[in-house]
Amino acid sequence: MENLININASQIAGKLTAQELNKEEVFSFFNDRIKKVDPFLGSFVESYDQPVSGEGKSFLSGLPIALKDNICIRGKKITCASKILAKHIAVYDAGVVGRLKRAGLGIIGTTNMDEFAFGSSTENSCYGPTKNPWDITRVVGGSSGGSAAAVAARLVPFALGSDTGGSIRQPACLCGVVGFKPTYGRVSRFGLIAFGSSLDQIGPITTDFTDCAHLLNIICGHDHRDSTSAFLDVPDFTKSLNSDIKGLKIGMPKEYFSQGLNQEVKIAVEEAKRIFEEKGAEVIEVSLPHTEYAVATYYIIASSEASSNLQRFDGIRYGLRVKGASLEELYTNSRGQGFGEEAKRRIFLGTYSLSSGYYDAYYLKALKARTLIRRDFDQVFKKVDAILTPTSPTTAFKIGEKASDPLSMYLSDIYTISTNLAGLPAVSFPCGFSSSKLPIGAQLIGKEFDESTLIKLGSAFQNCTDFHNQIPKINHE
Amino acid sequence: MKKNKANVKYVANLARIKITSQQESSLEEQLSKIIGYIDKLKELNVEGVEPSRGAHITRDVFREDKVISSDCQEEILKNSPSREGDYFKVPKVIE
Repeated sequence: MENLININASQIAGKLTAQELNKEEVFSFFNDRIKKVDPFLGSFVESYDQPVSGEGKSFLSGLPIALKDNICIRGKKITCASKILAKHIAVYDAGVVGRLKRAGLGIIGTTNMDEFAFGSSTENSCYGPTKNPWDITRVVGGSSGGSAAAVAARLVPFALGSDTGGSIRQPACLCGVVGFKPTYGRVSRFGLIAFGSSLDQIGPITTDFTDCAHLLNIICGHDHRDSTSAFLDVPDFTKSLNSDIKGLKIGMPKEYFSQGLNQEVKIAVEEAKRIFEEKGAEVIEVSLPHTEYAVATYYIIASSEASSNLQRFDGIRYGLRVKGASLEELYTNSRGQGFGEEAKRRIFLGTYSLSSGYYDAYYLKALKARTLIRRDFDQVFKKVDAILTPTSPTTAFKIGEKASDPLSMYLSDIYTISTNLAGLPAVSFPCGFSSSKLPIGAQLIGKEFDESTLIKLGSAFQNCTDFHNQIPKINHE
Repeated sequence: MKKNKANVKYVANLARIKITSQQESSLEEQLSKIIGYIDKLKELNVEGVEPSRGAHITRDVFREDKVISSDCQEEILKNSPSREGDYFKVPKVIE
């Protein structure tokens, strides 16, 4: 059979439609590949020998897909890469799982992540870190690092991740694939194990914008089981592929190109700017003046929401239970042993920000700063259709490099978190390689519910570049 | 967080998480550093700014008040760390 790693999901779908292949062949191709290659990477938590699928039909019917291990698939293990949920079996399907089943896709397994999505490297996993397919001594980014690595290594045609502060985009960037965070409310959060409920959003990780548009068509749309789900019609995102970008206006925020940005990354993003200009877009400098407060604002809000969301893990109705002399001790023992280090840090930070005497100084202040950060975007989007920035200040760092310094890890999210605070759609896409052949990513940020413009721009970019077609060579290959 | 051990202990108690004394000192150091950084927000003037609580879509969402049967009772109970029949088993709460 043809080597399916050299074509994208949409092309495989085309071959299925033309009956050049059947879905069993496609599934077993990727299942074999996972078994052969994933021992080198550790991107999967669990892979299934039979797809979890529904009877529905769509353009992507019969294609395998991997899901981050925080999205519920009924009857399957869901752990959030945490010891506290190590044996948990999901009792219902997430909203997106229902949609995938109705579209006839086959779930092939769950992917590694930072515990409860707390992290930017997938090192905070109870299963150990996932290794970057471009250099296995380096991190994959996080928290959806397993999904990004699996797609980059073509262990699966595409995957879903979740993004609270960059957790789809940053690993996509460090692995050289496309990671799209839709507008808050676009994709149902029902059945996504909550981290920061006002920030979380599920989105696709694909090799290119064509697959991204097709997958968005399937997962977007209203769900009455998520009260923040948008009551909006979803456009056909594939109509934005291969279209003219002449006259579109792109802003580059000067605050995103200052200190801390790696020179090679800067040059690659400026080259991306040149390509957009060449295709007829107009690029201007803009300003997001409250950017310097974004990391602090984000870590207060996200940790506060996390500490509240994670109260449910108490060893009573599900999850790890560690016995104690009293009920109180059962709680503290179960949570003390069940949560990893980073989870503890986030819960403590959140508990502290919400605690009596500190609430006004931290949590309330952060909510007000969030308003200012949003207003910055509102102002800029009066002038431009999209914003172009780097996704991450550096390429993939070494495994272990930032493990002992959580603050430096938090600061690596600097370009992605503002969009979660503002609820806006954003996508990371490959725009170059460093001298040591590590992927570099650029980010496009759009207006609320205007994912289409981002697809238009990304697709135009990929039509005249080749970065997204590069495939890493993994050790044994 | 004032840089003393009692505070980490206090927060750990609020969060109902048991930590060892070794964890306590490393958490104390790391959290002090993080809080030192987020104290940056203190310099920001937010006078007259309304707090943002989340989603832009801020309308209330209602649903019909009707009973929907679920079919996963046994699956839910199977996930429990300790059960007796159709009940979750917990340590004695009332003396």
